[in-house]
Amino acid sequence: MAVQKLPLAKALNESLRKALETDPKVLIMGEDVGKLGGVFRVTDGLQKDFGEDRVIDSPLAESGIVGTAIGLALRGYRPVVEIQFDGFVFPAYDQIVTQLAKMHARALGKVKMPVVIRIPYGGGIGAVEHHSESPEALFAHVPGLKVVSPSNSSDAYWMLQQAIQSDDPVIFFEPKRRYWDKGEVDTEAIPGALHQARVAREGSDLTLAAYGPMVKVCLEAAAAAQEEGKSVEVLDLRSMSPIDFDAIQRSVEKTRHLVVVHEAPVFYGAGAEIAARITERCFYHLEAPVLRVGGYHAPYPPARLEEEYLPGLDRVLDAVDRSLAY
Amino acid sequence: MTVESTAARKTTRRSSGAKRTTSAASAKKAPAAQGAEPELVQLLTPEGERVQHPDYDIDLSAEELRGLYRDMVLTRRFDAEATSLQRQGELGLWASLLGQEAAQIGSGRALRDDDYVFPTYREHGVAWVRGVDPTNLLGMFRGVNHGGWDPNSNNFHLYTIVIGSQTLHATGYAMGIAKDGADSAVIAYFGDGASSQGDVNEAFTFSAVYNAPVVFFCQNNQWAISEPTEKQTRVPLYQRARGFGFPGVRVDGNDVLACLAVTRSALERARRGEGPTLVEAFTYRMGAHTTSDDPTKYRRDEEREAWEAKDPILRLKAYLEREGHADEAFFEALEAESEALGKRVREGVRNMPDPDDMAIFENVYADGHSLVDEERAQFAAYQASFADGEVK
Repeated sequence: MAVQKLPLAKALNESLRKALETDPKVLIMGEDVGKLGGVFRVTDGLQKDFGEDRVIDSPLAESGIVGTAIGLALRGYRPVVEIQFDGFVFPAYDQIVTQLAKMHARALGKVKMPVVIRIPYGGGIGAVEHHSESPEALFAHVPGLKVVSPSNSSDAYWMLQQAIQSDDPVIFFEPKRRYWDKGEVDTEAIPGALHQARVAREGSDLTLAAYGPMVKVCLEAAAAAQEEGKSVEVLDLRSMSPIDFDAIQRSVEKTRHLVVVHEAPVFYGAGAEIAARITERCFYHLEAPVLRVGGYHAPYPPARLEEEYLPGLDRVLDAVDRSLAY
Repeated sequence: MTVESTAARKTTRRSSGAKRTTSAASAKKAPAAQGAEPELVQLLTPEGERVQHPDYDIDLSAEELRGLYRDMVLTRRFDAEATSLQRQGELGLWASLLGQEAAQIGSGRALRDDDYVFPTYREHGVAWVRGVDPTNLLGMFRGVNHGGWDPNSNNFHLYTIVIGSQTLHATGYAMGIAKDGADSAVIAYFGDGASSQGDVNEAFTFSAVYNAPVVFFCQNNQWAISEPTEKQTRVPLYQRARGFGFPGVRVDGNDVLACLAVTRSALERARRGEGPTLVEAFTYRMGAHTTSDDPTKYRRDEEREAWEAKDPILRLKAYLEREGHADEAFFEALEAESEALGKRVREGVRNMPDPDDMAIFENVYADGHSLVDEERAQFAAYQASFADGEVK
């Protein structure tokens, strides 16, 4: 039973179960993670099987959740904390940025901070305010943090294992609108490294780089472009800090066109960093400026407008056309 | 022990004479504090007279008493040396503990080796009793590192500058102790200003809910830079604990014996699995907040003079002399030891090497990060380009 077809949320659940079984120092902490199994049921059944000492319902206080996780890590535990929604992470932002990210460096390497912060993120589920945001750039900008996001069930399973095993703090962004998408998970596979990008679809005319929820959109765009005779490569970056620039460079040296797609606002976003670095690395290979497709410099809109705000098939294909027109 | 019973059994002695409310106007605005004399656990009066308290008796040998005195004197000497070194340009900043020696030595000497300390950036006395080399405390103030010691070799965490953050780390660590089934305890230091922080209140919540073996040791030194305690709270700080479901007690923070007794009792309570305690050490920061501060802009000389009369070191000295626990030879030897410490710290700081340039990139990550690797290589090449130029 090494290969199973699992929804992404269930793959995360299996991953957490495996981690709890494997290492007695692993703890799950967060609001409603116990009996309820989390508001997205990612921790479903774990408290029943591992007890309240391992799967801990936390007081409703995000800074407290992360701050106590830091203390538990100092005591030798490996806490995996759940922040209920993207927009709720900010009360804990201080602890993450001023404490968690810097502890290893401040202690001159004498202490490790193996803390994973799971954050369901992104839009597309018709939620209310503060439940649809993509704050990954705010974390990727902070030295000391690693920031990753799986786009499918297999990566959800393996990347979470790897994040938990890492001695560095990892911000683990879960694409909440993909929680119910099913995919194959081989629990006996040998996974690629956490920071490595993956070629999700081979192509030769243009590279679409994305991560998390936008990988699926980009794959659909590549399929649509194929019908128009364009061969589009899709890179699933998987990690926003570090970013696998070598993989992007390899792809761009082949396709000579790059479009970066993410839900977060374009301004100061991951796409800006990728555009700058790839321009430095691939200036003589590029046949068009690196283009970006993403959110606007505006608060995430009410749900009735989110389809206009979020990059969809048409906006991605439009960018593909613009890039190839140079 | 409940808060109520603790309060009920307090002596009615008007011990230190310090009123929380300093003016009729503020008393009017703060009804909870109106007319309230601070109820302090005290075992040694400002005159150095030993008094009894029903809950916190303590019996120390003459040698132990001399040890506490030595700790306070050497800590003060170290602190004075650091202040001088800042004035001489050897340190970028210094946060003096002047006046808070009893609170730190008393509480620190209540700890066992296996207990863990989470300090602010002013706990030089606690660091001293934990065996951290005083010179190492100066690294961050000199600008050569952000820490300077291995937290696990003395069970003394790094100084934390963001106010109150460490109280949550302490709580989490204490939760870990409980999970391990150990009987160690944790002490978290913070100040009156920190009591306003969300993190401190969240630490109270978490520690109470999880019954964590942690002692919250608040040194109420009356001032958060320029803001008096009245700008942080409308009730005496130790009473905050009641709302979170654990006991709070106010101790005379300038009385090393009382600080030792009260902290020891709170630690024992934590070890017995009875959860957290808030200790408010009522004390006074006699110096500036840091060397960048100018207390003359916000507080009166008379206030400091009133507190100088309650000096923690003078009162223990008076007691030692009154009881014949120490002779002139002891005080002279300690004076010589103080000078030697000052000299050692002074030379230690001046000889402290600047970090290697490449330290910028060290320990950013435990497992490595490709961007750090790339920038380290670029920086090394850049530095090397200057070396080449010098050779030519």
